Amino acid sequence: MRQTLRTLASILLKELLQLRRDPKILPILFVAPVFQLLILGYAATTDIRRVELAVADLDRTPASRRLLEGFTASPSFQLVAEVDSQEQLGPLLDRGEARLALTIPADFAARQVKGLPTPVQLLADGSDAAAGTIGLGYALGTLQLAAENAAPAGVELRPKVLYNPELVSRNFMVPGVLAMIIMVMTMILTAMALVRERELGTMEQLLVTPLTPGQIILGKLLPYALVGLVEILTALPIVLLHFRVPLRGSLLLLVVLCLPFMLCTLGLGLLVSTLSHTQQQAMMLAAFVFMLPQIYLSGFVFPIQNMPAAFQWVTYLVPLRHFVVILRGVFLKGVGLDVLWPQVAALLLLGTVILAAARARFARRLG
Amino acid sequence: MSSAIAVEARRLTRTFGTFRAVDDVSFAVPRGEVFGFLGSNGAGKTTTIRILCGLLAPTSGSASVAGLDVATQAAAIKERVGYMSQRFSLYTDLTVEENLRFWGAAYGLHGARAAARRHWALEMADLTGRRRTLVRELPGGLRQRLALGAALLHSPPIAFLDEPTGGVDPAARRRFWGVIDGLAAGGTTIFVTTHFMDEAERCHRVALMHAGRLVALDTPARLKAAFGADTVFEVRSRSPQAALRILEGTAGVAEATLFGEALHVVLTTPDAVAAVHGALNGGGEAGAEIRPIPPTLEDVFMRAIAAAARADGGAAGDRP
Repeated sequence: MRQTLRTLASILLKELLQLRRDPKILPILFVAPVFQLLILGYAATTDIRRVELAVADLDRTPASRRLLEGFTASPSFQLVAEVDSQEQLGPLLDRGEARLALTIPADFAARQVKGLPTPVQLLADGSDAAAGTIGLGYALGTLQLAAENAAPAGVELRPKVLYNPELVSRNFMVPGVLAMIIMVMTMILTAMALVRERELGTMEQLLVTPLTPGQIILGKLLPYALVGLVEILTALPIVLLHFRVPLRGSLLLLVVLCLPFMLCTLGLGLLVSTLSHTQQQAMMLAAFVFMLPQIYLSGFVFPIQNMPAAFQWVTYLVPLRHFVVILRGVFLKGVGLDVLWPQVAALLLLGTVILAAARARFARRLG
Repeated sequence: MSSAIAVEARRLTRTFGTFRAVDDVSFAVPRGEVFGFLGSNGAGKTTTIRILCGLLAPTSGSASVAGLDVATQAAAIKERVGYMSQRFSLYTDLTVEENLRFWGAAYGLHGARAAARRHWALEMADLTGRRRTLVRELPGGLRQRLALGAALLHSPPIAFLDEPTGGVDPAARRRFWGVIDGLAAGGTTIFVTTHFMDEAERCHRVALMHAGRLVALDTPARLKAAFGADTVFEVRSRSPQAALRILEGTAGVAEATLFGEALHVVLTTPDAVAAVHGALNGGGEAGAEIRPIPPTLEDVFMRAIAAAARADGGAAGDRP
């Protein structure tokens, strides 16, 4: 046992020495994740701020002014043009100068006084579907508020958003980016390290030593698990201090729960290495077969509830899906293992199956 | 365990799909022998070595190394053999010392014994003063000796060396063989493949593989003696090229090759020398100097391979 540990320590040391000697790998390890986090932290946001709004107020009464104030007072809208006729709104939308166009008809105040319905027209630019829908959502909220103020309704609806009250998309995107960084780094580095040994011929040399395939695999996975942990510790300060994503749960739990996820990603890295002959192949295989589909099916980008039922079932096989749930749970909901155990169990199960399959393939390729 | 036999193959066969990489090969290598394994690329040498090292399972037949069966006791065999593969197999981005430490640990060596063996490898490879040098900065000959040292850190009784001197300059090759002779004198069995005939001459016995089969096996001296005297000649004439063209079409000439300024001519029978004289005289190369020379190992192997190829052709059905 002591002998085995000392041997493993030697392999670990050798792997870390090699990482240190590679002048290109260190920036990839520590600068790239920070860079990726910054880019995605700023770009991967679905918040629409200051939706460009054009208005044709044909009524020009205090009542119509009040309605407009609801828009101009909100930080969500930016009034880009006020025109005299409805016809002038079309070109503004065409040229993309406005995303929303509001028309208040000439009889707005008159109808309001008589207690009649007061229709207003709202046009939204649907060419950017996400931005259009979200802008429309903001506008409808503002209109509803205005309507209630004008004629208080019998039933008052007061929605309250939990966990992320301002619905800041960065708060749920950034933890997802953290998951992606861990996945990309551990999977690719493991696969590359193993394929490189095969390309160089050192793998064959390792196989004629009394080391067992299990020891060789463990000696390769441990250093990259360590690298994964260092990545997390590099990225966390940016997530917490720069982006100010609230961490409501336990930091220790967060770091510990990265381990079952890395069991899966390291296992996939090993699997990729048994399926590739060259480092380029490993890279392509990892990126297109194992990483992009995981990202699409993880709920990180597209809501799983909107997928066809069959796809929803498939997502349970995607480790990233479970890890995204864990990360958002610990960060935003502040929940612990009592809630997240099904995800942890799923990751442990998936990781064990992946590793076992990869190990079997690894051993079979020898003879 | 029969202690006198280090390596034994019994009707060893390995196929990849329909390709018979190793075809019914049998031989035995006594302990302490330098056993040369020759043959062109793809003849099955490396496959045989990989089976003997426990890297590849035989399709049929059996083999034992250090008295252990390769099919069932591969793990135990790995502790008793050193393997230096054709491809350079050290980490070039690690230093000499780091490589030796790592490979020592891979062979399960620790502490004082590991240090002693590292010291041995450094001395043997002449790298005592360069232990902090990155391996990629070492010249080829030194790398090769370091690779040998790394493969033998665990003092295995049997060493498999697959083309250990490929791409190494002649002086470094000679030094390398000095090390091999020293190891053999110390009782290590050396199983070595090579393309160099001068290296083959230094082996105690040589085996020749062709198309997966063993076509010759004996000491270099006996192989050359069995080749028969008076069938190898050196021909010197005014125009070696013209003489070569003439002899290529002469009956009884098995092979004629240009060797410097002279022709190296191998005859099928000693009597054919009369035909050589006649052809040269008739072809305008009269006065050529023709003298018998002793056969080289290369002559032996060329004939053995030609015979094996003819036998294959015969099997295909062009004989009555």
